[in-house]
Amino acid sequence: MAKQNSKPDMSVRIGKIRMKNPVMVASGTFGYGPEYADLVDLSSLGAIVVKGISLKPWQGNPTPRMVEVPGGLVNAIGLQNPGAGKFISEYMPFLRKYDVPVIVNIWGRTVEEYAEVATQFEGVKGISGLELNISCPNIKEGGIAFGTDPKVMRRVVSAVRRRTSLPLIPKLSPNVSNITLFARVAEDCGADAISLINSLPAMVIDVKTRRPVLANVVGGLTGPAIHPVAIKLVWEASRAVKIPVIGMGGITSPNEALEFIIAGATAVAVGTANFTDPSTSLNVIKGIEKYLAANGFASARDLIGKLRS
Amino acid sequence: MKHQQALVLEHKGAGGGYRILTLEVPGIAAKARPGQFVHMRIPNLDGAVLRRPFSIYRAGGGKLTILYKSVGRGTHAMKAIEKNDKVSLLGPLGNGFSLRHTKEVPVLVAGGYGVAPLVFLASRLRRKGLVFIGGATARDILCVADFKALGWEVRIATEDGSMGIKGLVTKPLDEWLASGCGAEGIVFYACGPDGLMKAVAERAQHYVCKAWLSLDKHMGCGVGACLACVQKIKRGGVVSLVRVCREGPVFEAAEIEWN
Repeated sequence: MAKQNSKPDMSVRIGKIRMKNPVMVASGTFGYGPEYADLVDLSSLGAIVVKGISLKPWQGNPTPRMVEVPGGLVNAIGLQNPGAGKFISEYMPFLRKYDVPVIVNIWGRTVEEYAEVATQFEGVKGISGLELNISCPNIKEGGIAFGTDPKVMRRVVSAVRRRTSLPLIPKLSPNVSNITLFARVAEDCGADAISLINSLPAMVIDVKTRRPVLANVVGGLTGPAIHPVAIKLVWEASRAVKIPVIGMGGITSPNEALEFIIAGATAVAVGTANFTDPSTSLNVIKGIEKYLAANGFASARDLIGKLRS
Repeated sequence: MKHQQALVLEHKGAGGGYRILTLEVPGIAAKARPGQFVHMRIPNLDGAVLRRPFSIYRAGGGKLTILYKSVGRGTHAMKAIEKNDKVSLLGPLGNGFSLRHTKEVPVLVAGGYGVAPLVFLASRLRRKGLVFIGGATARDILCVADFKALGWEVRIATEDGSMGIKGLVTKPLDEWLASGCGAEGIVFYACGPDGLMKAVAERAQHYVCKAWLSLDKHMGCGVGACLACVQKIKRGGVVSLVRVCREGPVFEAAEIEWN
C-alpha cells in the first residue's frame, strides 16, 4: 500500500492571487479585519474580502438595518464606509501585518465612479485584488442596477478593467433569470474571476405595527437559507466560463463549502456565519483538508467541479 | 475580546419573567468592566444566525452573571438552558461606563432590566450614591437588595404605584434634583429604554453635568463588523454613525443625536 500523503495541498489561485487555502471571508461580514483579529488568526485565512468601499465616505441607511429570519438574516446596511482614502490610511497598515491576501470590495453610483474608485488601489501595498460589487440590493444609486442588465454590467466591468491592473472579481447578483449570461459578460470583459452570490432581495413586515421592519423597507437575505440557491447558480456559472468561480452563500460548516467546490467553485467565502460563530472559517478550512485526505484528493484543486452525474 | 465556552453554574427565575444566568467563564469574567456586554449564542435556537447581547450583571472570581427578561424568540429559548450546559460567549464587548468621576455623587437611573449593568457599576465605583429604579409594576423592580447591600440609597417608582412612588422614574429623580441635593456635583449613569435615556440626557443638560448612557440597539455581529447597530453621535461638531457595539454601548449624553 502506498504511503498515505498526510497533508493535501490546500492552495488555490484566483488569477494572480495565491491563496494558502480556498476559504475567504465574505465582504460585509468581516469588517475591515481588526474587528475579528482577536478571535481569528487572520493569517490562517485564504483571503479577506473587506466591506464595500466607495470613492467618498458613505453614511448608509437609517436603522433598523438588520433583522433575523429563520435560517438567515435580512440586512440593509446601505454600504456605510469611510471611503477609499481613509480605508487605505486607517486599515491597510494593520492588514499588511498579516500574511493574507486582501481583496477590496468596491462600488460606485455611476460607471465613472466605479472606475475612479478602482484606481485608488493601484500600487497600494498589501492589496491583492478588487471585488466589484454590482449586486448590492441596498442602495438606490447603484449596486444591483449594474448587475442585472448585461449591457450595463459590460460597461462597468470594462471601465474598471481599463483602470486597474489588480485581479478583478465581479460579484454577481442572484436576482437574474440566466446567470450564465452575466458570468460570460464578466469573462468577456477581462475579469480574472467571478464571485457569487450576493444577497437575495427580501423584505420583512412587523404585523403588530404593519410596518416594514427595516428602515430601508427592503434588504438582502443571507445565511443558510440561501445556500441551495447559491449552489445551483455556482454550478451553472462555473460551467459557462473558464475563469475561477468563488462560491458563497450560507456556509456554516465544511460540508456546505465542499458542495460549492464540487459544484465548480475554486474558492469559497464564509459570510453570515462569521456573526454566528467567528471560528467558522477556520473550521471550514480544517474540514476541507480532512475531507480531501479522507477521500484521496492530493489537492483542493482536484475536487473542483467533481460533481458526479 | 475572547470567544469562550461558558459552563452554566446556575439558572433561576427572579420573578416577573426575569431570569438570572450564572456562568463559569474565567477569561471573560476577569476582563469585564461595568457597562460592557457579552454576545451569547443561544443553544438550540433553530435557524438562528445571530447571537444575543446581554449586559453584565456581575463579574468576578471566574464567574459572570446576566439578568434578562424573556421578551422574544431568543430569550424564550434561553429558558431551556440548564446547569452544566455549555454556552458560547463572545466578550467582554463594548466600552463600558466611565469610572473617572471621583468627585461627583454618582446618580444611577434604571428602567426595567437596565438595572443589571448598574449593579455591576455600583460595585466598582469608589463613591456611594443613589439609584433610581423604575418599572411598570413592583415585579419589574429588580436588584434593590444588591444596592442596599453595597450601602447605596434606592428610590423606586412604578407606573401602577405597586411599589415606591406612582409614576415614571423621572418623578422621584426630579423631586430629588429640585431639592438641591445635587448641588455639590453629580454624574449620571443610566441604562434603560431610549425614552428614559433621553429624559436623563435632558436633566444632565439642565444641571450641567455628565450623563453616561448605555444604549440598547438591535445588534448583529457585536464586534463592529456589520454596522447594524449604529447611532448618530456628534464629536467635534461632526455627526457620524457610530457603532453601538464597539464605540458604545455607553455614550456621554451630550454626544448623542436623538432621532
